[in-house]
Amino acid sequence: MLENLQLLFDYPTLGADLIANGLMIGAIFALAAFGMALVWGVLGIINIAQGEFVMLGGFVALTAAGLGVPPLATIPLAAIVLFMVGWGLYRLVIFRVVDRDLFVSLLATFGLSIILQQLSNEIFGADVRTLETGLGTLVLFDGQIVLAEIKLVSFVTALVVGLALWAFLKRARLGQAIRATSQNARAARILGIDTDRVYAATYALNAALCGAAGSLVVMAWTIHPYIGLPYTVRSFLVVIVAGLGNIAAVIAAGLGLGALENVAGFVLGAEYQIAFVFALMVIILVVRNFLLRRKREYLK
Amino acid sequence: MVLLNLLRSAAVALMGVGFLLSASGTVSAKVEGDIVYLGAAISLTGKYSTNGAHTRRGYDLAVEQINAAGGITVDGQTYKLGIIYYDDESTPARGAQLAERLIQQDGVTFILGPYSSGLTRAMAPITEKYGVPMVEANGASISLFQEGYKYLFAVLSTTEQYLQGAIALAAETADEGQILRVALAMENDPFSQDVRAGVIADAERLGLRIVIDDKLPPELNDMSATMAKVRALRPDLLVVSGHAKGAALAIRQIADSRIDIPMLALTHCDAAQVIEKFGEKAEFALCASQWAPGLSYSDELFGSARDFADLFEATFEYAPPYQSAESAAAVMVFADAFERAGSFDPAAVRDALAATDLMTFYGGINFDEAGRNVAKPMVLFQVQEGEYRVVYPSDTAEASFIHPTPRWSER
Repeated sequence: MLENLQLLFDYPTLGADLIANGLMIGAIFALAAFGMALVWGVLGIINIAQGEFVMLGGFVALTAAGLGVPPLATIPLAAIVLFMVGWGLYRLVIFRVVDRDLFVSLLATFGLSIILQQLSNEIFGADVRTLETGLGTLVLFDGQIVLAEIKLVSFVTALVVGLALWAFLKRARLGQAIRATSQNARAARILGIDTDRVYAATYALNAALCGAAGSLVVMAWTIHPYIGLPYTVRSFLVVIVAGLGNIAAVIAAGLGLGALENVAGFVLGAEYQIAFVFALMVIILVVRNFLLRRKREYLK
Repeated sequence: MVLLNLLRSAAVALMGVGFLLSASGTVSAKVEGDIVYLGAAISLTGKYSTNGAHTRRGYDLAVEQINAAGGITVDGQTYKLGIIYYDDESTPARGAQLAERLIQQDGVTFILGPYSSGLTRAMAPITEKYGVPMVEANGASISLFQEGYKYLFAVLSTTEQYLQGAIALAAETADEGQILRVALAMENDPFSQDVRAGVIADAERLGLRIVIDDKLPPELNDMSATMAKVRALRPDLLVVSGHAKGAALAIRQIADSRIDIPMLALTHCDAAQVIEKFGEKAEFALCASQWAPGLSYSDELFGSARDFADLFEATFEYAPPYQSAESAAAVMVFADAFERAGSFDPAAVRDALAATDLMTFYGGINFDEAGRNVAKPMVLFQVQEGEYRVVYPSDTAEASFIHPTPRWSER
């Protein structure tokens, strides 16, 4: 660990390279976390199948590319297909658990995640898959920072999608309905909002966002049927840090997590990279709980 | 009271029947007509389903070929081979159950191994308990052979040997007095850590210095932290082991980050399809393999390694991965042992297996005390012009080892 820190001091640009690459990974976490925050805020459901939507998005992109669709065009395609998958799953399963206990929806989405994993294993096979985009590499500052262009694409996509989502929630009719439902579902219903449709749209939108993230994962990293969990965990972490109603905070938390994780992997050694993520999550939860308790006591 | 006595005698009678059944199950082999049955529980579904299918095709092809050539002659009589398959769903607990079922219910007394070390580890105690020989072709973990099993035989090289060739090859490239620096990026799972132990042992023996020793968590889908270290420390050799995911990530991220490494050695290149997926980016990588179609081994059943590959491709429409080749070899080992034992008595066959000295298209087969095949070395391919070419060991090499890997700026 000490020698790794020493390395960082000896080669200061290394830190910049680590952070730059970490931000790219973090953009994907943010993209997957937008939807989790939405679903949590609006339906009151913590969607454990989040990572499985990412995984499915990857396989949709792979399949489409196999049929001759240019790799980058698979990003919106994966989002559209996953939108439909999300809608279908809402109509099949999720609407039954919306007003129920949190535990019921946790179990239901956990079950969904297992079913999606096994189905993809059956349909797409268990192999680790990747999709080549043919994009090159960006070399900055005389080779001090080296970034794959596809990672840059995913970074920009995450930012653009975040901006679009923000505008959608602010301006669009459906976006306003989503916000109204999340504030008070009963009042929204009384005022004539079809909350069931809002729930379905929200869940489908979440799946679509994850689908876009998944298509980027398969192009920049790898995908296989069991890759979902890390993305679920990261999304959860991002959302508990950022809160439910704040898209800018989700982006910041996602990028921050990616960068921190990469630097931690470097300094502590790769074997502690995931452990670091979990430790961070526990610390944040404890601190949050502590702050909330003070607030509760104050209210009392 | 009378009732109790009745129950008791009934229980005793049942136990007697049970004993008879189990006894008959372990003594006589499963032979129906002129077909002798082997049993196999392999992963047809679940996360090992791809490799499970490779395994099954290897078994099937060998059985077909042996039967087509007239079967085997045991004690003056000819028999054909058959296999009873079950799907272990890629889970060890299911594998253990199925081993029990094959032996107890189906009366099979010869078992072909499952896919992966984990499944083999789950089944070996069962076959050992019943004294049923198991010849396995897909469980490479060294720990399988440290339990003192008497009925377990493996045709493949064990894990610690996977990348030792890379260390030997690297040592050959060193100048006089130069201390080579090695970086390790190994997944934190039993397989890759066995590989790591072998590499470290050989690095120490040959005087190489380990400068990076990262253990990648199995959930990890990115290696950029490790790659940053490699960029800073510039090792002479980078060794990566992390199944197909590790190979795919390493090839992709080294190319994406334009990291110049004189020598890169991997496992699972073929599973990750590095040539098909990454093309130019995979060029010059060294890949460990149990077997290759270009090797100079041959036998009377399949002909040369190349003949086996052609037959396999004609039958299944894809080039044989080594998993299929070693699986076919396992069936050949059983056939050979039956003929030499002259009976289907499990104990006699076990002794015949232990005395195996066979040459196959897959390589020599000769088991040591622990049941490991010591006659066949691992091979190393190098990706050259979009093809895997054997570069190590030197006596079976098809091409010479290209070293160092050209810099990215010169490609």
